[in-house]
Amino acid sequence: MKLIKYIGLAIFLLGLAIFSGSIFLGNFSMTNTQVDEYISEQGIKSDIFSKELKKTLVTEEQINIFEFSSAVRKALETSNDYYDKQIAKYNAEKNWAKKGEQYQYKIHGKPHTISYNLAKKAGSGFVKENIVLMWWLTFGLGIIGALLYILPNILLLGPPGIKNNGIYHKSATNRGWIAWLVLVYLVVFYLLLYFMPDYAVNWTYILDPISNTLNGGDASQWFVYGFLYCVIMVVMAVRMYIKYRHNKYQIMRTTSVLFFQIVFAFLIPEIMASLNMPGYDFKNAFPLDYDFFFEWNIKNLTESGAIGLFILVWGTILTIIIVPLMVYFFGKRWYCSWVCGCGGLAETLGDPYRQHSDKSLKAWKLERWVVHSVLLISIVMTIVTLYCYFTGAKSFIGINSQWIKDSYSFLIGAWFAGVIGTGFYPIFGNRVWCRFGCPLAAYLGLVQRFKSRFRITTNGGQCISCGNCSTYCEMGIDVRAYAQKGENIVRASCVGCGVCSAVCPRGVLKLENDSTKGRINPNDILLGNDVNLMDLVNQK
Amino acid sequence: MEHIAIIGNGISGVTLARHIRKLSDKKITLISAESDYFFSRTALMYVYMGHMKFEHTQPYENWFWKKNNIELKKGFVNEIDTDNKVLHFEEGDQISYDKLVIATGSKPNKFGWPGEDLKGVQGLYSKQDLEHLEIYAPNNKVCKRAVIVGGGLIGIELAEMLNSRNIPVTFLVRESSFWNGVLPEGESQMINRHIKNHHIDLRLSTNLKEIISDDNGKVKSIIIEETGEEIPCDFVGLTAGVSPNISFLKESEIETNKGVLVNRFLETNIKDVYAIGDCAEQREAIGNRRPIEAVWYTGRMMGETLAQTICGNPTEYKPGHWFNSAKFIDIEYQTYGWVNGKKGKPDYEAHFHWKHDDDTKCITIAYHRDTNEFLGINTFGIRLRHEVFDKWLTKKWTIDKVLKHLQAANFDPEFYKLHEKDIIKKYNQNTNSNIELSKKHWRKLFA
Repeated sequence: MKLIKYIGLAIFLLGLAIFSGSIFLGNFSMTNTQVDEYISEQGIKSDIFSKELKKTLVTEEQINIFEFSSAVRKALETSNDYYDKQIAKYNAEKNWAKKGEQYQYKIHGKPHTISYNLAKKAGSGFVKENIVLMWWLTFGLGIIGALLYILPNILLLGPPGIKNNGIYHKSATNRGWIAWLVLVYLVVFYLLLYFMPDYAVNWTYILDPISNTLNGGDASQWFVYGFLYCVIMVVMAVRMYIKYRHNKYQIMRTTSVLFFQIVFAFLIPEIMASLNMPGYDFKNAFPLDYDFFFEWNIKNLTESGAIGLFILVWGTILTIIIVPLMVYFFGKRWYCSWVCGCGGLAETLGDPYRQHSDKSLKAWKLERWVVHSVLLISIVMTIVTLYCYFTGAKSFIGINSQWIKDSYSFLIGAWFAGVIGTGFYPIFGNRVWCRFGCPLAAYLGLVQRFKSRFRITTNGGQCISCGNCSTYCEMGIDVRAYAQKGENIVRASCVGCGVCSAVCPRGVLKLENDSTKGRINPNDILLGNDVNLMDLVNQK
Repeated sequence: MEHIAIIGNGISGVTLARHIRKLSDKKITLISAESDYFFSRTALMYVYMGHMKFEHTQPYENWFWKKNNIELKKGFVNEIDTDNKVLHFEEGDQISYDKLVIATGSKPNKFGWPGEDLKGVQGLYSKQDLEHLEIYAPNNKVCKRAVIVGGGLIGIELAEMLNSRNIPVTFLVRESSFWNGVLPEGESQMINRHIKNHHIDLRLSTNLKEIISDDNGKVKSIIIEETGEEIPCDFVGLTAGVSPNISFLKESEIETNKGVLVNRFLETNIKDVYAIGDCAEQREAIGNRRPIEAVWYTGRMMGETLAQTICGNPTEYKPGHWFNSAKFIDIEYQTYGWVNGKKGKPDYEAHFHWKHDDDTKCITIAYHRDTNEFLGINTFGIRLRHEVFDKWLTKKWTIDKVLKHLQAANFDPEFYKLHEKDIIKKYNQNTNSNIELSKKHWRKLFA
């Protein structure tokens, strides 16, 4: 059995190595027609850009993606520099007509994205010519290897029960060198995904056929991400099923996040796109879905007929009514650990790292400041955006609409949610984003704290202060601090994953929806002692 | 300002210190030779098993003590001068006190077995025990086999711990079935099977004769009393119970028996000296309780109570209904009220026993043979609500009524399969009764 595990690990690592290494493959030299096609498709008027591209990229020689990317970015810079100088020149000459003319030649867009779009057309070579083989060598080997590594646990873990043996003895789960390696890998992956998609263009070829089947178009880097996300969640859900096979709450919850990720976050938007509708994730609520009220999205939706209008209304109702109402009845767990995609990844891929969340009081204070600030910023951003949308102004209360949207997308959307949120799993735990960054979590947290039937009940005086609950709380809640006081846990951040209850060796914790009366119940003297004393001390 | 010195920073001493601080500004000194900060003793096993790091066993962050003005003193008290109210430390220094509380807990029992002080032979109680365990049984290369002597709660925890590192374990149990001095037969036998399912070599009705040393004064093997069999091993765990850790009091004026003798106010024979927790021995047992109760919960409750007395509200120690809990490898155990094993069972106590087919869940309900009064419940693999049973015991419900409302007491996580119907069916069959399950919410039962 152990042997199978090691073979599985080797196969997985091989698949990962091929996947990662595939970046370096392929030839990206172009033909004149390809360049011309792109230029006319994009309506680019700069001759300099086209000339520069042809000079460097139309060649018999092999060009790898890095050379390609750098050539495209250089061409872009040369072209834009040239016209900037023209603008400056005409400006100095006060030749306004000429100056105004120059702007049309400037090329807008992120350099790496332009490079990606070109590369997608230009690429040739082993990956593109052997898509099916490459799928098996990357995704195939990865999935098979991972499953071979995971499945023997059915026998190796012994009878069902909590099996956290050795978590703090292993480099991978105790912040050892493996954990740091995984961190670096994840961070690099996210940097490529968000900021340098052209480098990863080979990955998109591998999924072109699947993408074509689903939405009728070639795969983008976001399709790769979505597909990979689903694959990882499925494989790691198998691990969850085995690890928590004695705990039906965990099984149901894992199935639920898996369903919502695959169907709602992945399949439905892709299929909608194939039907020429705006692709929309019906469960992704604002303000987590921070660009829902951005001008381009509203415009897109209002121009998409009935379905667009429906989405606009649904998205608004989801945030204003459905989400808080559900939190009232079930706590924010219905969203954060049963439905949400970020939560879904955290609860599958992130489960091995849940123990790394910081439980100190300091961290809790920091959490409250940061997460509520993000909520505030997202709301301010949306107000500014909507004001500008309806009035046509460029800024509101001194905040430039474009600036705040770009900053938020870059800092919160890409860096916080992606690079840090997921990349830092192995060191800071699997809910860094959900705890410190997610504006929706902050919003749900306020509802959960002040108006909800949900709580984690503690079982009288049975707590032995062992600390398993606190250690395995992914949100960094010091669960024990409440349990040992016989006090219900009513915390804004609790996502209701149920693991504290699962790992409790004394059956002290139970997630419950119950009457709001007596929900918050601090006790000085615990159940089990002199009744008179309990009454005397606890009744204040 | 009155100075309260507390010897021992376990659950009793710490609970006391916290409650005194809540009630007063008295100066508090918490003394320990074992650890800098309070940790949960019951969690040591999880450190060895790699579920947690030692720091995770500390319920309060390190700044907590200073913030609450509780002074921590590391040192070993080797002499108490009750006349002058002075504590003398092994390290040579001394402090004076106004009130003294002895909360020094327990130490593992040793029964004079030959070889019991060899290297690699130890109990599992203190932080130091954990450190020694890492030396003598870090893995199955250094420790090819371990022998555990004594089948109680610590014994099975130690077995689970060693098992988690794939160290083969031979588990010597004096009784004919695991912990059957306490557990009724059906439960005890289910645990026997559970232990064996984990490939632990369980030897029932087996005593230790002696522990054999190698040339370096380290354990080499043990010999079994009954058969004379020699079992080679690198580690021996002595887990045949604990007794009060009070040898340092021998020279003092404080009256002791097995433990420090206290009255219901937890006062010793010397004024301003108290004892709480594992090391305290009640002059007269309370109810069905033993005079010495080495249990986490009772330690905590004594701390809660004594704080009142020390802060001017003299309060008797009056524990409520008995409750306890443990975990036998994968099977959780809770008990409320009194359910006796064969040994101590009074004549009036009758049992109803139900066991699930999967052999990991069962309950035993004790009731009065004549009045049907509910006396207590043992539950294995099903979590039950403390609050509900506490009330049912107080209200002296009958077993029929308890069974009827059993679902209200369920504390298992959501979506778990419920077994109350099965349980009632079995009871109806056994007793020719006709009880039907009520689904009333537990709060409504007491409204």
